[in-house]
Amino acid sequence: MSRAGQILVAAFVGGIIFGVGLTISQMTHPEVVLDFLQLDDFGLLLVMGGGATVAAIGIQMGARTGKSAPLTGKKYGLRVRELDSDVIIGGAIFGIGWGVAGVCPGPAFASLGIGNYVIVWSIVGMIIGAHIHGFIKESRAN
Amino acid sequence: MVLIQIADLVVTAFPNGISHYLIGGIVIGASVVFMYFTTGQIIGASTALETTVSYYSKLKWFQQEEFISSRDWRAVFTVGLIVGAAGYTLVSGAELWVTEVQWWRLLIGGLLIGVGARLGKGCTSGHGICGLASFSPASLVNVVVFLGVAIIVAHLTELLGVVP
Repeated sequence: MSRAGQILVAAFVGGIIFGVGLTISQMTHPEVVLDFLQLDDFGLLLVMGGGATVAAIGIQMGARTGKSAPLTGKKYGLRVRELDSDVIIGGAIFGIGWGVAGVCPGPAFASLGIGNYVIVWSIVGMIIGAHIHGFIKESRAN
Repeated sequence: MVLIQIADLVVTAFPNGISHYLIGGIVIGASVVFMYFTTGQIIGASTALETTVSYYSKLKWFQQEEFISSRDWRAVFTVGLIVGAAGYTLVSGAELWVTEVQWWRLLIGGLLIGVGARLGKGCTSGHGICGLASFSPASLVNVVVFLGVAIIVAHLTELLGVVP
């Protein structure tokens, strides 16, 4: 199989594992997310904390090897973004949306898989949102 | 006595138990680690929104190399999310489930999430799991802001009587 094909297989497997995790933890249910945001059930912190801890062990170890990924040749690095006002304003806008809907991008797609077809409203909203962001970036560039 | 108090606290804070949250979180982390060691990519679900738009939008922002080169595997990853959730539901014998949250909340929330996640350079997975795992200060700031704002908004929504 070609390298590009292997990367697609890895992404498919990775997506499946991620989707299983979101389903087990019920992040696919906006009601569960809203329960957390209304401080009735703190489970979401365990999901994010558990995920971040496992990811930290892998990523921090990988980044120290100085090696590169077999499928892409990409060097093992860290995900560090520049801290600017966009990070804060974007986070606030994201927070409003998350608080209104109890949905975020990964769980929205996984939720389709558990039969929650009305989540399409959120997916349509997110795609429109991505377009709006594109126009914002484009008008800044001009 | 102290142990009983701690047990009480756990029951109050986690009325639906803790194991499925922890196991789910660990599985999500395992997916991140798998993608990292095979491809070197530190994934974030919201980037796929923009890379998918790059398939059809002529806008220069969407036609950047980073989007075009990663859009295929990101789309496949997103399909994997759906397949994984459907597969687990099938195997575990759970019934199909539909949210009662009203459509306009899902739509308006989704729109703001789309703008905010991209402007803020990440979402709950990109910043909340992968950014924190990278010890990135920008991610910590982003997570604190979106958690704080979302908790306030969710309470306001409830106060305004919007249920569910």
